Amino acid sequence: MPDPVIDLLVQNHAGVMSHVTGLFSRRAFNLEGILCGPVEDGAQSRMFLLVNEDRRLPQLLNELAKLYDVIHVELRHDIPRQAFDPMQVVREEV
Amino acid sequence: MKRNGAEIIVEILERQGVRTVAGIPGGANLPLYDALRDSSIHHVLARHEQGGAFMAQGIARVTRRAGVCLGTSGPGATNLLTAIADAKLDSIPLVIITGQVPLAMIGTDAFQEVDTYGLTLPITKHNFLARRPDELLHILPEAFRLAESGRPGPVVVDVPKDVQTGECEFDAWPEPWSNSAPAPCNPSEIDALACMIHDAKRPVLYIGGGILAAGCEAELAQLARRNSIPVICTLMGLGVFPADDPLYLGLLGMHGSRATNLALEEADLLIALGVRFDDRATGKVAAFCPQAKVAHIDIDASEIGKIRPADLSIMGDVGQALRQLLPLMDAPPRDTWRSRIAQIQIDFPPAQPDSDHPLHPIRLLREAARLLPHDTIITTDVGQHQMWTAQIYPFRHPRTWLTSGGLGTMGFGFPAAIGAALARPDRTVLCVTGDGSFLMNNQELATLAELGLNVKILLMNNGHLGLVRQQQELFYGERYHATRFEARTDYAALARCFGVKGVTLDPLEDPAEALARIFAQPGPCLIEAPIPENANVYPMVPPGAANRDTIGGTVHA
Ligand SMILES: Cc1ncc(C[n+]2csc(CCOP(=O)(O)OP(=O)(O)O)c2C)c(N)n1
Repeated sequence: MPDPVIDLLVQNHAGVMSHVTGLFSRRAFNLEGILCGPVEDGAQSRMFLLVNEDRRLPQLLNELAKLYDVIHVELRHDIPRQAFDPMQVVREEV
Repeated sequence: MKRNGAEIIVEILERQGVRTVAGIPGGANLPLYDALRDSSIHHVLARHEQGGAFMAQGIARVTRRAGVCLGTSGPGATNLLTAIADAKLDSIPLVIITGQVPLAMIGTDAFQEVDTYGLTLPITKHNFLARRPDELLHILPEAFRLAESGRPGPVVVDVPKDVQTGECEFDAWPEPWSNSAPAPCNPSEIDALACMIHDAKRPVLYIGGGILAAGCEAELAQLARRNSIPVICTLMGLGVFPADDPLYLGLLGMHGSRATNLALEEADLLIALGVRFDDRATGKVAAFCPQAKVAHIDIDASEIGKIRPADLSIMGDVGQALRQLLPLMDAPPRDTWRSRIAQIQIDFPPAQPDSDHPLHPIRLLREAARLLPHDTIITTDVGQHQMWTAQIYPFRHPRTWLTSGGLGTMGFGFPAAIGAALARPDRTVLCVTGDGSFLMNNQELATLAELGLNVKILLMNNGHLGLVRQQQELFYGERYHATRFEARTDYAALARCFGVKGVTLDPLEDPAEALARIFAQPGPCLIEAPIPENANVYPMVPPGAANRDTIGGTVHA
């Protein structure tokens, strides 16, 4: 099964990323990968956070759901790790 | 209509019903202060932003409405941080409005620029950086809604100077925020809870600040009395249930009574209401209520199961849950459990003075409780004096006990007392403090002198950072270091310097008469009590130990 990915729908503005990542950094919880882009004409963003299995994940999902700018949060296991490989974008360019 | 950002802020505060704000002006919030000058809002000029924010906390803690404080950019904002973090950990509604350098200068290391948004991000419920004056029409009501709704907390609104001066046109003022009736709880979960309580032989109510936030003290008392369930309080929950009720067991945890910690050992059902299983309350979690099933009700889903898995959890307003639960409950007498509780209370009576010093803190507190009206608001700082007060003072009414629970902030008590007195000028407010803590916000004596409020300060002077000294004595082999004050400070004279009456109690005399005389006179007064230097707070559970492994707690000779 692919690694856990936290799937977030958030309001798209300057502070959102800090609010989200702050929950992880204060717990010394590393984010293995971040994939993010605008949706809904740019009013919202969809964020995929690649994480390792961890017993704190349910707590983190609850904390994420509480954030003002988070519209939806879900844990999924169907996104392959390669989706987070930054080199694939660069390779396609050359 | 046309208004600038500062005028919008002030008018929305007025419409929101805010009568008092505390703060300090500076370059970046001068437009806001200019607009405040024409307002009916009473501005209290604090002498340190932390003091101002704790005054706002005092107001919030006694009224359940958001307290408001103001600070300028840079050092104004950084000085506010401790009190904001304190409000976050105790779930206190605050709206903090800070000035910021003009938008175009943000990020240039401008004079008095600090990243207030970034600094307050992890210590607020939410924070905003306003970018246009018209945004304030949305942000400010939203800040009050966020601060007061659900699990309350602090909200920061950072407003660049040019957003305060910039004008905008708009048609109508936004509706002020007001709390609506809480959502109903899931009826099948409430049924399940009713069954669990019915089946329990030895249930215990474990209650905390969430009851105060929900304002459901009456429902809680009904549940406890009708079902003969003893009540155990967290530090935040004191005052929720009257201390003179036979079902009241008092404080649990590190300095809780043995009776309380023992009742928890024996309980078969823990009904946890608006509590978060804080480590100072539970002791070693694995050994906390080992026999008990847990039913946990909280408005914040992320608290449920965070520390201790719940057998039944209800996410919702605890008052709402109790109102749905009460009609379903029968009234079992639970005679065996009641008499067991009564026996435990006889076996493990409340803490006693460990010396016959006339000014032993426990004696002073008993005397104060005897002399002061029942609805006196007590605030404390952090240390031994705080724990003695929590153990000894017979709180009978909700919101008469204000203390820094989660963050444990020395310096909380005195400005919080000023805030409480601003909100409740009809009441007496007593700040119980230590010589260490008081110096952390003593500058507010000047504010108190100006306001002339009925705030009494009972300063327990042991010449030490007492609670830390106690830990060095008990857990560091009496290797004392940096916990004794070499300088003897005359605190009564300090108060007089600021224009506040100051008296020192005679260490050789029964304090009853002096206290009676002082309490009988309205207005501020600092009472310095030279207490024994080496008195310890017992019982005590060593940090990290199980609550059953208590040191002391029986009568000390
Ligand atoms: C701002 C802050 N700094 C340090 C501490 C650690 N601390 C906890 S209790 C205490 C001693 C408090 O001394 P005092 O106010 O004199 O009260 P006492 O324990 O003597 O009653 C200290 C230093 C704290 N809680 N808050």
